[in-house]
Amino acid sequence: MEKDKILEVNDLHVSFKTYNGEVQAVRSVSFDVKKGETVAIVGESGCGKSVTSQSIMRLIPEPPGWIKSGEVLFDGKDLTKVSEKEMEGIRGKDIAMIFQDPMTSLNPTMTVGKQIMEGLVKHQNMGKAQAKERALEMLRLVGIPSPERRINQYPHQFSGGMRQRAMIAIALACAPQLLIADEPTTALDVTIQAQILDLMNDLKERLGTSIILITHDLGVVADVADRVVVMYAGKVIESGTVEEIFHRPRHPYTWGLMGSMPRLDLTRDKELSPITGTPPDLLSPPKGCPFAARCKHAMKVCQREMPETTQVRGSGSHKVNCWLEHPMAPAVEPPAEVVGGGSK
Amino acid sequence: MSVAEPKVEKILEVKQVKKHFKMGRNQVVQAVDNISFDVYKGETLGLVGESGCGKSTIGRTIIRLYEATDGEVRFKGQTTKNLKGKDLKKFNREMQMIFQDPYASLNPRMTVGDIIAEGLDIHGLAKGKERREKVVELLKTVGLNEEHADRFPHEFSGGQRQRIGIARALAVDPDFIIADEPISALDVSIQAQVVNLMKKLQKEKGLTYLFIAHDLSMVKYISDRVGVMYLGNLVELADSQELYDNPLHPYTEALLSAVPIPDPDVEQRRERIILKGDVPSPIDPPSGCRFRTRCPKVMDVCAQEVPKWQEVRPMHWVACHLYQEESLKKEEANKTR
Repeated sequence: MEKDKILEVNDLHVSFKTYNGEVQAVRSVSFDVKKGETVAIVGESGCGKSVTSQSIMRLIPEPPGWIKSGEVLFDGKDLTKVSEKEMEGIRGKDIAMIFQDPMTSLNPTMTVGKQIMEGLVKHQNMGKAQAKERALEMLRLVGIPSPERRINQYPHQFSGGMRQRAMIAIALACAPQLLIADEPTTALDVTIQAQILDLMNDLKERLGTSIILITHDLGVVADVADRVVVMYAGKVIESGTVEEIFHRPRHPYTWGLMGSMPRLDLTRDKELSPITGTPPDLLSPPKGCPFAARCKHAMKVCQREMPETTQVRGSGSHKVNCWLEHPMAPAVEPPAEVVGGGSK
Repeated sequence: MSVAEPKVEKILEVKQVKKHFKMGRNQVVQAVDNISFDVYKGETLGLVGESGCGKSTIGRTIIRLYEATDGEVRFKGQTTKNLKGKDLKKFNREMQMIFQDPYASLNPRMTVGDIIAEGLDIHGLAKGKERREKVVELLKTVGLNEEHADRFPHEFSGGQRQRIGIARALAVDPDFIIADEPISALDVSIQAQVVNLMKKLQKEKGLTYLFIAHDLSMVKYISDRVGVMYLGNLVELADSQELYDNPLHPYTEALLSAVPIPDPDVEQRRERIILKGDVPSPIDPPSGCRFRTRCPKVMDVCAQEVPKWQEVRPMHWVACHLYQEESLKKEEANKTR
């Protein structure tokens, strides 16, 4: 493992047993996270982005789910192999997580203060008084007004935005190296979302925490991410820096995603160009490229075989899984509305 | 652009409508307070605002799912209050609704064909073979096919279900459709499909839409004019491009600046207006202007008086003391005192 990488996911496969058979939710996912970096995993519902993050935390309910193969290297350890006991020492201390819905992920019967102190007492052997001090400090850090009063309140006394702040305080209390944020702003209104994104950007700078951000909102990605991993039907289909993904996207699915979103800062003259059809059923995923059935540029080979990961020429980290990258493939340019949108 | 062509025919007039809900003994939620706007025939009027701003309540009040506490809604020149018998049936046919949650808004025990034909049955529009033909035609219109008619809602994906909801609304040949967050529950790529379908249908059938949503970029994309709501009030209403280019109300400004734009360069250059705090409770809204507790440009007069709803520029309405001369004068007087 390279020195500045703090997390490396290699060829991860995760499946779930259902009455209808095995759902292959994640099929060969690889990516890495460097120190102090924010990596966004983007994709639509059912693409496996949440399953990937839960596998890193070993939060997949087993059964029905199981990690079939692959490794998750963190701090020199393969997290898919460590014991549950050891994992308990890592969760909340080295890797923390914040969830989409702050109402259901906070404990309604515990005060917010207690929930922040819980991890501190467990992982850092702090005394009660010391933990309370730290909890107050955390509440102040995430911008909750009058923390002395708030620390003794219950989650239902907090508004949605405040709850999300409290959850971030819980997650960051033990100063984790890696924070996994699973749709942290999806349940929030846009002005509150702006507050939370602002807070996350600020905390990242101050604390140097690496972040895995899981979202379907490309606007949020453009705002906070350094690198982007695009997932579709359980696979990574493209990855690169934000500039590469937004300005020089290579995969037709990424083009489709961008073409589907109207932009607030552009005038209304262009039509949206949606992706036709729906994602494949992961009970019996297609043999070839999973996007082939919806892809305008699909060729015969796309149905037959999954394309390899290719490095885009002249780039450092831009990788794409698409047969169009093959030297024998016809040259296809992304639709004008995708690349043309860059300048205002 | 839509500003240039005068759209004279008003299909819907909302006049000083209030909708208050009683909560317990002496608490009243002022979900919608004094809202007035018109909708012109053939246009799409977007309503945006954050959760709890009353945008769904106004939609439901217009279609008479709620009885307005005060004020009047006129549809095609006729008041919708106290409609009875034949008139009510006609109203119910001419105005239809599409709902947010495609999972909850379709009866799981009815076939898709029966769901779509329910309106036909109620209004006695088609029977027997003709009924079946009409259902098939509607399914095709929304991009589904004949065999789908005998299936049940659970067999469909979210996007397909929303298409079924649209087919149901279209079945009775309405003129006016209220779409309450029709795409919020859908994935990005599916959202665009549904929006494009709605636009196509509007063109073909000359429909008028009231499009309620919280996603500003989508609302701007689909709407001719956009109204911005905050805590039960309409604070600004203008042509959608004009609203984006020249937002007048400080809340509109903040709302627009809060929407992240999918372009890292733009995002880096952008200055965001971050509003402090949360939306106050509609049970006990702030005095005067309801936005004043979070407004970056708040003045003393804002707490004393409710701002007037006025047309500051042609077709550009706003309710803010910053654009009222008397208020500014009063503020001046306040300061010198």
